[in-house]
Amino acid sequence: MVRNVVIALVLTLGLAGGAAAESEAELDAANNNIANTASLQRGAKYFVNYCLGCHSAKYVRYNRLGEDLQLSNQQLMDNLMFTGERPFDTMAIAMRPQDSARWFKVAPPDLSLIARSRGPDYIFTYLRSFYVSPDRPTGVNNIVLPGTAMPHVLWQLQGTQRAVFRTDEHGVEEFDRFEVVRPGELDERAFDEVVRDIVNFLDYIGEPIKRERQQLGVRVIGFLLVFLLIAFMLKKEIWKDVT
Amino acid sequence: MASTEADVFDRLGRGLSALGAWIDDRFPMTKLIKEHATEYYASKNFNFWYGFGVIATFVLVLQLVTGIFLTMNYKPASADAFASVEYIMRDVEWGWLIRYLHSTGASAFFIVVYLHMFRGLLYGSYKKPRELVWIIGMFIYLSLMAEAFFGYLLPWGNMSYWGAQVIVSLFGAVPVIGNDLAEWIRGDFYISDITLNRFFAFHVVAVPLLLVALVVVHIMALHEVGSNNPDGIEIKEHKGPDGHPIDGVAFHPYHTSKDLVIVIVFLILFSAAVFFAPDMGGYFLEHANFEPANTLNTPEHIAPVWYFTPFYAILRAVPNKTLGVALMGTAVLLPFFLPWLDRCRVKSIRYRGWIYKLALTLFAMTFVALGYLGLQPALGNIPTYCLIFTILYFAFFVLMPFYTRIEKTKPVPTRVTW
Repeated sequence: MVRNVVIALVLTLGLAGGAAAESEAELDAANNNIANTASLQRGAKYFVNYCLGCHSAKYVRYNRLGEDLQLSNQQLMDNLMFTGERPFDTMAIAMRPQDSARWFKVAPPDLSLIARSRGPDYIFTYLRSFYVSPDRPTGVNNIVLPGTAMPHVLWQLQGTQRAVFRTDEHGVEEFDRFEVVRPGELDERAFDEVVRDIVNFLDYIGEPIKRERQQLGVRVIGFLLVFLLIAFMLKKEIWKDVT
Repeated sequence: MASTEADVFDRLGRGLSALGAWIDDRFPMTKLIKEHATEYYASKNFNFWYGFGVIATFVLVLQLVTGIFLTMNYKPASADAFASVEYIMRDVEWGWLIRYLHSTGASAFFIVVYLHMFRGLLYGSYKKPRELVWIIGMFIYLSLMAEAFFGYLLPWGNMSYWGAQVIVSLFGAVPVIGNDLAEWIRGDFYISDITLNRFFAFHVVAVPLLLVALVVVHIMALHEVGSNNPDGIEIKEHKGPDGHPIDGVAFHPYHTSKDLVIVIVFLILFSAAVFFAPDMGGYFLEHANFEPANTLNTPEHIAPVWYFTPFYAILRAVPNKTLGVALMGTAVLLPFFLPWLDRCRVKSIRYRGWIYKLALTLFAMTFVALGYLGLQPALGNIPTYCLIFTILYFAFFVLMPFYTRIEKTKPVPTRVTW
């Protein structure tokens, strides 16, 4: 009976699943690894240089970064803290949201949790999908977030590209591919690595405890398995006389 | 005079029993322990399905304890709430664990309670003489829904905000007084700081008190009539010379030792979620809730958390809002009447006819399908599927007096299968 119910449930889910189709902009896999400390250190540097001017990460403390990314206070001061912050300060910015909202139409969002709300793949694809669009105030548009207020901050590294659209059989215009307009300092692979490091850093600050949590989980479950064995033996012993 | 070790223990033992006697003269301590543990007899043949009651109690305690610790650092104000949750996640010692235990515990509570209720459907646990146990249990379920709903606003994420906005606006569908009622609940024209404050009061004081009281009453009612079993027969009808049911074993130490194993198995699965998938791919912690509440920007797709989605799908099954709300309310309340809707005398599915087996299988599939549909945007065929499964949901209850009366049952044994 129970087995039949389970089979029926699986079938229902399958049927219902077929009924709904997802349609979203295709995202490239970021394939970042938060266990890669070197990548996180590079990502922190890029983040401070390219992002932190406009975007805060107001829940992230510098000294926590130092601890998790294996950087000394001196290294933090020399490489990541340029405006007289103290180690226990958070990654706040001086730009006031009222001002930035006037300049860009929207205040740049805080990035502490962007990897948790949008996912690493989204950021990875977004940062690589700016294309030339002269009708936009910033001169660029984005495939992932059309009409984005953000300028192409990494243009020197990536260069500029144009988007080629094609019309499908229903007459709907859809994105086909990018074409290089002017090459940047880095080739495509090297640029992807830079973006991957930034994404990796954002993924890490989204949940700094993530690696420790997983390591602790293995030990907790290991303990519970031993405890289970003992509890099971106790139960068998107590139930021995039940006939 | 040198006293030996045995002497010390002997005197300690006598002292303790004197203390026990002193208390017993003033409070029914030994009586309560006997009634509810050492001399509460429950069937020895409990299976897998009978573990969810103790797990639910365990999760309740877990939620109360983690909730207290969260309250120590959480700030119930619209300007601070979101940041205080991140403060707990990043700066409070072990705060991340307390928060994940609590957020995962919420989903675990519903999984466990749904399975606990399904057990009732499988073995007829709502039937005479356990009608009140079932009805009190349904009140616990309603309180749990309220508790989860109030708690969901507290992180003040964008999904919290808009989810609460949608649910509270449902009260606006009540004829005549609707909009005033919704405004009264919010304390404002939209979900605001004042709403957050009162939801916090309900979540941490009012509803937990109610929940704990109802759970105590649920267990008292259960211990009065005795637990059901997978055979759906009354073990009290066959008592041994000692006056205890022959097929029963004492709750303590027999069922307690078994429950310890059950709770550890649950904890292993629970830990797997807490430590390796606390957001469960966006089902336990929704992605849009990692953005702070934004009064001007809705999430792309507003859906309640998974445990409410079966009823959300019923709400959206019809295009008329008032009718939808009425259907949803009825769907939540219908299980209250199960003890009288089910006309079959046999309790356990083991000895019931194919009609009920088919009806229950269909019902379980319907509930899961509705849960899935409630998570989807109302596009394409989704509303049609919602309507079909809503009809099936109602058919299970409304047609029950008819199909359970003509059911052909098997003979029920007099003693439990062991």
